[in-house]
Amino acid sequence: MQNHNKIKLFEKQKRIYSKRAWGRYRKIKWVIMIVTLGIYYLAPWIRWDRGPNVPDQAILIDILHSRAYFFLIEIWPQEIYYIAALLIFAAVTLFLITSLFGRVWCGFFCPQTVWTDLFIWVERIFQGDRNARMKLDKSPFSFNKFWRKFATHITWLLISLATSGAWVFYFNDAPTLMENILNFDISFGVASWIVSLTLSTYLMAGYAREQVCTYMCPYARFQSAMFDKDSLIISYDKQRGEPRGKYKSGDSWDGRGHCVNCTACVQVCPMGIDIRDGLQMECIACGMCIDACNGIMRKLSLPEGLVRYDTIRNQQYRKQGKQESVRVLRSRTIYYSLILLVIGSLMLYNLLTRSLLELHVIHDRNPLFVKLSDNSIRNGYEIKILNKSHYDKNYSLTVSGIDNAMIRIQGAGNIESNNLPVYANSTGSYRVFVTAVDMISNRNQIKFLLKENDGSLSDEYISVFISEDN
Amino acid sequence: MSQNNKNIDELSNVETTGHEWDGIKELNNPSPRWWLWVFFLTCIWAIGYWVVYPAWPTLSGQGERGGTKGRQEWTQYKELRQQQEAILTIKAQYLAKFQNSSFKEIMNDESLYKFAIAGGRSIFKENCATCHGTGGSGSHGYPNLNDDDWIWGGSFEDIYSTIKYGVRSNHLDTKTLAMPEFSDILSKDQVSDIAEYVVNLTKGKNLPKKGIVLYKENCAYCHGDKGTGTREIGAPNLVDSIWLYGDGSKDQIISQIKHPKHGVMPYWKERLSEDAIRQLTIFVHSLGGGK
Repeated sequence: MQNHNKIKLFEKQKRIYSKRAWGRYRKIKWVIMIVTLGIYYLAPWIRWDRGPNVPDQAILIDILHSRAYFFLIEIWPQEIYYIAALLIFAAVTLFLITSLFGRVWCGFFCPQTVWTDLFIWVERIFQGDRNARMKLDKSPFSFNKFWRKFATHITWLLISLATSGAWVFYFNDAPTLMENILNFDISFGVASWIVSLTLSTYLMAGYAREQVCTYMCPYARFQSAMFDKDSLIISYDKQRGEPRGKYKSGDSWDGRGHCVNCTACVQVCPMGIDIRDGLQMECIACGMCIDACNGIMRKLSLPEGLVRYDTIRNQQYRKQGKQESVRVLRSRTIYYSLILLVIGSLMLYNLLTRSLLELHVIHDRNPLFVKLSDNSIRNGYEIKILNKSHYDKNYSLTVSGIDNAMIRIQGAGNIESNNLPVYANSTGSYRVFVTAVDMISNRNQIKFLLKENDGSLSDEYISVFISEDN
Repeated sequence: MSQNNKNIDELSNVETTGHEWDGIKELNNPSPRWWLWVFFLTCIWAIGYWVVYPAWPTLSGQGERGGTKGRQEWTQYKELRQQQEAILTIKAQYLAKFQNSSFKEIMNDESLYKFAIAGGRSIFKENCATCHGTGGSGSHGYPNLNDDDWIWGGSFEDIYSTIKYGVRSNHLDTKTLAMPEFSDILSKDQVSDIAEYVVNLTKGKNLPKKGIVLYKENCAYCHGDKGTGTREIGAPNLVDSIWLYGDGSKDQIISQIKHPKHGVMPYWKERLSEDAIRQLTIFVHSLGGGK
């Protein structure tokens, strides 16, 4: 008696043995799994010819040389706002999808769901479906149990290894790294990524599973902010289903609901919940219960859709006997779409007008100016030439705004201002002295103009020319 | 039977802890047990950390900052030393080549030039900036190293020897020459006439007749007939617009003729290594006025 009164503050994870479902949503889920995993594992192997001096991997985050490549797009570190914009775009897209279709991201696309689904599939191959797995877990240790468990875990680990392996390919040239991995010739960084991601994949998809969605994922918690009455949720039609009860063939359906309490919907649920209890935080909207229930309904020659994707508004309308309606245009979907439109067009505009040449000029802070023997004034500048093209280039630098200004480049060798070399895909840095023979006023605007010697690109930068202390 | 003993909240159907304040009951939604395990794991991790790294302060104060040393005996000082050693290894690759190259060769090799500038800049800030300023622009009595006017010459060799032996320093090979005091040799009027002459010389105006003879007799030997000075003996150019003391007004020239001021620069031969002096030479030369 005493014992039962004791409060349990921590709860052991209840193992969920989800049964194999078959139907429309299961098919969609398989297809999405193949496509998303296919993209993940194969994308780093796509080659993309960018010409000489640059990597030919379509998707590459080159940390060593601080460049990111995505097909046509190339990003330098200072252009990180593209990635920020991309992340905002992705987040708002997710919000829009959620407000329209509910948690379809969770149910079909989220890596946690996809890998868990893959791991359950492996489990099923070696240990059988729900009932067989439950029986096997309860059975005492035997050779049969041992090899089935062993094969499952080895396969999980291999999948995890492939997963972490694919991850590092996004940051290195894939074929070269593959060769290095096979020769066990990899850096500590790469090795630690592979080990930690292998372990986390194994742990998250093999053991943590639904715990990630319920206890770790913040998105699961704040999604209710994107929901309204018109968002699609998985719902059990209480009006039609209740009162539920066992059914023997030949019995009349009069005076009872269509739910025969077969618990098929509970058995297939990867989250281990009963959808008939209503909308719950744990539900990831994967639709497995819909497939399971529809299968039973077909067997009983009843219409499908006792459990289905539905909106709260339509549930209410049905109760009141009103016409059901689908409302796509709502204030929140309009807001989300507008945000997407603005961010999308800004990004696109920026990408389309991105120049392959940039000039930056920094005026010396100390000394601000130098007076020379012949009374002329010299100012020093540091200029940076960003050659974002894939070819070594030469540039000409001129200034305007100061009459009779002379430009001199200070550096090794004999570099002239009409022939400044900058390597492909890199930044050239030069020290420039500008000397003004006749002076006008203390602070003058000076415009630096940089032109490609054999091309049409140019850029300019406005700086100051200082001639006296004040 | 046991179920009945649990306190169940009617509204949410969730077990309560049995605690109640003013009718508000505390629901008990148990946390996952692995969460507790993760907490214990972090505790174990912390203990491992204490063993490996310096962690606890002790009264005896063993480690470099006091406290337990840890198995690895890791300290930030050690890490710094390791990083400095790594830098020295990288530096050594350039140094051998740098030592065997002339100034001219260094000026034609981009990597050697950058190496010299990087080293020279930090050596300058540590040793030279006190007098010449962090930007090398000097001040009253301390030459500006950015301009094209050099008292003792602006070639690599000149700058190198000035840094190495100093000016009027106590090294045997230093540059010692200084302007004599004319207050005892010339009368007040004569000094004034020479000053007038020098002012006009600088401004390129008509030269007063009175000063010509006096200048030739007393000044031209060092400063030259045309007043352009002599770098070898440190006689400044009088016709340019750069003045070490003041702004070239007549009063200041008079005072300099009567009681000349002379700066002193220490010699750096023993304080800085040969490599450092050469790096510094290239850095000073690159400030813009190098010849």
